[in-house]
Amino acid sequence: MNELVLAIELAFWQQTLIKVLVAAVLVPTTALIFGIVFLFKVMSWMQSRMGPQEAGPRGLLQLLADGAKFLQKEDIIPDKADRFVFKAAPVVVLASTFLIYVILPAGPDLIISDLPTGIFFAMAVSSLSVIGVLMAGWSSSNKYALMGGLRAGGQLIAYELPLILAVVGVVIQAGSLSMQDIVLAQANGSMLGFSGVGLPFLITQILGFGIFMVAIQAELTQPPFDMPVAESEVVGGFHVEYTGFRFLFFFLAEFATAFAFAAIAATLFLGGWYVPGIDPDSMLANVVGPIALFVKIMVVAFLIFWFRFTYPRFREDQLQRFAWKYLIPLALVNITITGALVVAL
Amino acid sequence: MPKVPGMVKGLGVTFRTMVETLKPSGGPATVQYPHEKEEPAARARGVIALHEENCTSCMLCSRECPDWCIYIEAHKTLAPPRRAGGKPRQVNKLDRFAIDYSLCMYCGICVEVCPFDALFWSPEYEFSEVSIADLLHEKQRLGEWMDTVPEFEPYEAGSEAKGRKVPR
Repeated sequence: MNELVLAIELAFWQQTLIKVLVAAVLVPTTALIFGIVFLFKVMSWMQSRMGPQEAGPRGLLQLLADGAKFLQKEDIIPDKADRFVFKAAPVVVLASTFLIYVILPAGPDLIISDLPTGIFFAMAVSSLSVIGVLMAGWSSSNKYALMGGLRAGGQLIAYELPLILAVVGVVIQAGSLSMQDIVLAQANGSMLGFSGVGLPFLITQILGFGIFMVAIQAELTQPPFDMPVAESEVVGGFHVEYTGFRFLFFFLAEFATAFAFAAIAATLFLGGWYVPGIDPDSMLANVVGPIALFVKIMVVAFLIFWFRFTYPRFREDQLQRFAWKYLIPLALVNITITGALVVAL
Repeated sequence: MPKVPGMVKGLGVTFRTMVETLKPSGGPATVQYPHEKEEPAARARGVIALHEENCTSCMLCSRECPDWCIYIEAHKTLAPPRRAGGKPRQVNKLDRFAIDYSLCMYCGICVEVCPFDALFWSPEYEFSEVSIADLLHEKQRLGEWMDTVPEFEPYEAGSEAKGRKVPR
């Protein structure tokens, strides 16, 4: 089946080139989609506003206009800043975002690289961004940036644990770390003998899903976990000294990472690109898969941003207490129960 | 009725607001300003209008103005007598009356203090300018605002004082 499209065998470098180009286009596009749909539109509606209206039809091009505006801004580097680290930080953050996209499956063949340790890889590279954030905070030679960077460090370390522990439950059930295998495990699963819609792990791992959603909210430093960038406390945190294109990098990374995490949540808990009724090995799955995945991502993202627009910010100690005293024990209980049930059944 | 946790209630509020905003019968709480105008309250303080004929150049408004943004220049002249055969009256002829709206803070003290009903509030608010110097409204422009001054509301029944009238 797959030979149909790939009848023309491509050399490795050609495949790589195509993949790099797709990723290079995909990442900013996803950030744009999330920025426009959620940051501009859904947020406005939830605040009883209409959002941007002037740029393009219904203001849909506003973010492009803003991007063009950022490009025109002066590139300012503080006098006392560590210039090399200061310049490298946004690239590190964006690189971590790009790396997550490597293992996101959009169809049986539509994946940049189906690593055998896919989800582990995703968790590992996503925590690279904290290094970029710390670099930005440290090199800016600004006390607010430093505070923001250190807050981000403490927060991301605290929430990395529940994030990974929540994933472990899914991995135990699927019996694999590979993203494709996790999708197939859900597609081939059955609910109490009824196998019509497979078995989205949302049903068995509802606790894990909850923990995962809270943890990615914190990983993305979005409200109510936005202490690292809290305007009213540390005036923007680690990116306070960044202007123009470098700030755009942080912005892009934030929303592209939101997309990537929503995609991981959709893959782990909602069945990824699998649509009930379509054979996961057929050619059709390659066509319908990306659309199905996109719809599921938008559903998950709506949840993420809904929480973002509803809740006020936590206090720093509340945040740490919540992670260490509630989320991590809960995730451990979840792993124990899942493991026991998988062995028993 | 079981108690709904506040966190869930909060989610309900934002979701309901979103649905309300998107419903054709609902709509946003905001006004899409350049396309549709906001209807200011009838007594809104937009801009100050001058009824030139009533001004006696008494300078009260100018002196009471906290920002000193009212400029008045006048000279003395003789007006024809009120009755035939009477003596010509000495009056102040207004040469210049200007309000610098780049300084004005819209406190309304000048309107309150005017003893001759020469200054009035108008609800008009669209008089922004590209150049800040153009915010200095001379008496001709201030007189034009008089057309936009709404009538005073009548006093409530049983009031001893007569209702005020806007001179046209």
